[in-house]
Amino acid sequence: MPLIKDGKLADDPWQVADDGTAAPLIVSLEAWQANEGGIRQRNTPIGIRLASDQSPALIAEDIERFEVIALEFPKFNDGRAYSYARLLRERHGYKGELRAVGNVLRDQFLFMHRCGFDAFEVADTGAAAVWEEALREISVWYQPTADRRKPATTLRRKPHPRRPAAGTSSGPGDPPSVACAGHWAY
Amino acid sequence: MYRYDEFDHGFVRQRVAQFRGQVARRLDGALTEDEFKPLRLMNGLYLQLHAYMLRVAIPYGTLSARQMRRLADIARRYDKGFGHFTTRQNIQYNWIRLEDAPDILADLADVEMHAIQTSGNCIRNVTADQFAGVAADEIEDPRVYAEIIRQWSTLHPEFSFLPRKFKIAITGAPRDRAAVRAHDIGLRMHWNADGEAGFEIMVGGGLGRTPVIGKTIRAFLPKQDLLSYLEAILRVYNQLGRRDNIHKARIKILVNQVGAETFADMVEAEWREIRGGALDLPADEIARIESYFAPPDYERLDAASPAFEAQRRSDPAFAQWVRSNVVAHKRPGYAIANISLKPAGGVPGDASAEQMEVVADLAERYGFGEIRVAHEQNLVLPDVRLSDLHALWQELRTAGLATANIGLLTDIIACPGLDYCNLANARSIPIAQRIGQRFDDLARLHDIGRLTLNISGCINACAHHHVGNIGILGVNKKGVEYYQVTLGGNADENAALGDLVGPAFSGEEIADAVETIVDTYLEQRDRGEQFLDTYRRVGLQPFKEKLYAAH
Amino acid sequence: MSQQAVTANRLRDGQVVYLAANNGWSDRLADAAVADDADAAKALLATAEGDVDRRVVVGPYLFDVAVETGAVRPLGQRETIRASGPSIQPDTGDRAVRR
Repeated sequence: MPLIKDGKLADDPWQVADDGTAAPLIVSLEAWQANEGGIRQRNTPIGIRLASDQSPALIAEDIERFEVIALEFPKFNDGRAYSYARLLRERHGYKGELRAVGNVLRDQFLFMHRCGFDAFEVADTGAAAVWEEALREISVWYQPTADRRKPATTLRRKPHPRRPAAGTSSGPGDPPSVACAGHWAY
Repeated sequence: MYRYDEFDHGFVRQRVAQFRGQVARRLDGALTEDEFKPLRLMNGLYLQLHAYMLRVAIPYGTLSARQMRRLADIARRYDKGFGHFTTRQNIQYNWIRLEDAPDILADLADVEMHAIQTSGNCIRNVTADQFAGVAADEIEDPRVYAEIIRQWSTLHPEFSFLPRKFKIAITGAPRDRAAVRAHDIGLRMHWNADGEAGFEIMVGGGLGRTPVIGKTIRAFLPKQDLLSYLEAILRVYNQLGRRDNIHKARIKILVNQVGAETFADMVEAEWREIRGGALDLPADEIARIESYFAPPDYERLDAASPAFEAQRRSDPAFAQWVRSNVVAHKRPGYAIANISLKPAGGVPGDASAEQMEVVADLAERYGFGEIRVAHEQNLVLPDVRLSDLHALWQELRTAGLATANIGLLTDIIACPGLDYCNLANARSIPIAQRIGQRFDDLARLHDIGRLTLNISGCINACAHHHVGNIGILGVNKKGVEYYQVTLGGNADENAALGDLVGPAFSGEEIADAVETIVDTYLEQRDRGEQFLDTYRRVGLQPFKEKLYAAH
Repeated sequence: MSQQAVTANRLRDGQVVYLAANNGWSDRLADAAVADDADAAKALLATAEGDVDRRVVVGPYLFDVAVETGAVRPLGQRETIRASGPSIQPDTGDRAVRR
């Protein structure tokens, strides 16, 4: 399946069937927990794929072992992985690739991206062509989440860029943007 | 009231453009109906019995005169000249063309309105006490927090694909006019021991197939923690709510399954992780939103108006309207005037474009240009001088909007039913009309006193029949419409579910049944009692005996 | 088995329509093609499904009808209301039909 990463079609070096080679491998939670084929002891890159009823809390102890965490959307309207993604980024401090797999549709890209996904397995390459357009559709947000977008609530409290700032730029109503961004930047 | 700033304006315009693109992709075949349906639903566009139906959000039931005129304009230009106000303080148009929908949303965006999240498995339009900001018994104006929640919940990336729809209601007064315990989350403002205002948090209320009265999971939440606490509740629900069975997917099922205490523990555990973070509401942000809801320039008036008192004495019809439709205002010399959308034999909640325009004009001439929509499907002029009430009443009467029945038997809450709705099993509106005509006698209605009557056309309970003093539920038995009756339901701060009286009645029998119930109550009532008092004292039995005496 | 016809909503405007004998769609029930047996009904629905893919209509389905003195009549309450509009009595509002 085509993979969009950082906004572009990308080669996917990860394989999902363990052929015993040293290739980077994405395993299921069950395989990881059972240590199938001794994968826990390998030095090769490992990723994990979680079904939509498998909370990342189940791998909380092992998170630094994974270079890819793939979260399944069995149907686009099964929204559990949105919470899982935010928990991985914001609670567990996961910094590797967070991949959306399953029924991943253009009209959900923005929500997924906002929750911390940075890689998307899509049904066809056409989805990559509209990626940028889909991400540009909405630029005003009202919630702080695991991306770098500043919500309107933060932007409103800054001096307006197109207007000369009234008074000092570091008045009491002006939040320290670095510290504030720290709540959701990753 | 709240005014959009450049961020809000930019946002709704982007949203309109996005939907325009989605409609174009649907029409050119890039999107199938299965893919398009959730997108249109999240913009309030249903496919109903006769055509597309557009549900427009009226956040916490507050409208400006300008917005009301635009709603009238949309009714005339894109629909059949009327709209239907709903129990969620929204307005629905019944004959919308898909091709017109983006233009309608653009027209709404011009007046700072939208249809976002009026459907779909997301956080729906936040509802509030229709007397917010003007009620004499209020702690604080709940619209400040309703607006804060509205913004936070709008296109929330984590909570746009919940297990099921999610409804939040808020009241700032001890008297609950927003049916908060019938919502997924209900919020009621309280003072704590230190004199600070905050929220009681109720979770897991809801009607439908499995009616449940919401349970308090936190007695007091400081205001600055509102959003982080809501996010904690939604995060627990999004992960653990059932997704395998649509009838068991609401948060009430999860709360019942794990128990309210355990659920509260789960929420508190999640909340401990996120409180004090980016969702913390600083006092200056609360103050910024509060400034939008600052009281208008009220005149200093005497508490009593001799002219008003004289009019009330000399004009019995006016006095009757005042008794049922006028409510105490927090400012001396002012009153809250309710406009009934329940004329005898009319369609509950419907207003023609002309009536909407009349109300907009009256809101400007007899107020500060503000209108409220009540979840009982009526309109409210919140700031009328006592001395203007008589003139206002005369103008309302000319427009057919002065029915003196607020809170009385014919102030019927009814869903659209099988006449419009794809989900309905039976018709609601003709039943409401039949009952309205049967009791078309204001003196009799006023004698009967406070009595709520709710009619739903299916188990989804859009008309909240479980919490009506008299609840009527339409069912379909082998292709024929029948109506089940419950008694003793109550939607206020003492919320209760009604008791089923017995076998259902046919459409021909139901008005007789209501009359029998009312007659039984009148026989049984003690001095000073309302229907609910009598019912609680005598119970179901006398009603049952009378209703089924012939059988 | 009773006789059946196919109805749907037109994609562009949501209008209630019926599959007609010429395989086109009509907003008049009187024009509806009526199937007398299960095979004919299946064939009607298959034709209608093709028009879903062609983006003409949404959600076609079969419903029971009776043909009496040449007129097609729906058997259920729901389809009666879809065919002839809301059953509600007119009230005080201006209900002029726009189109």
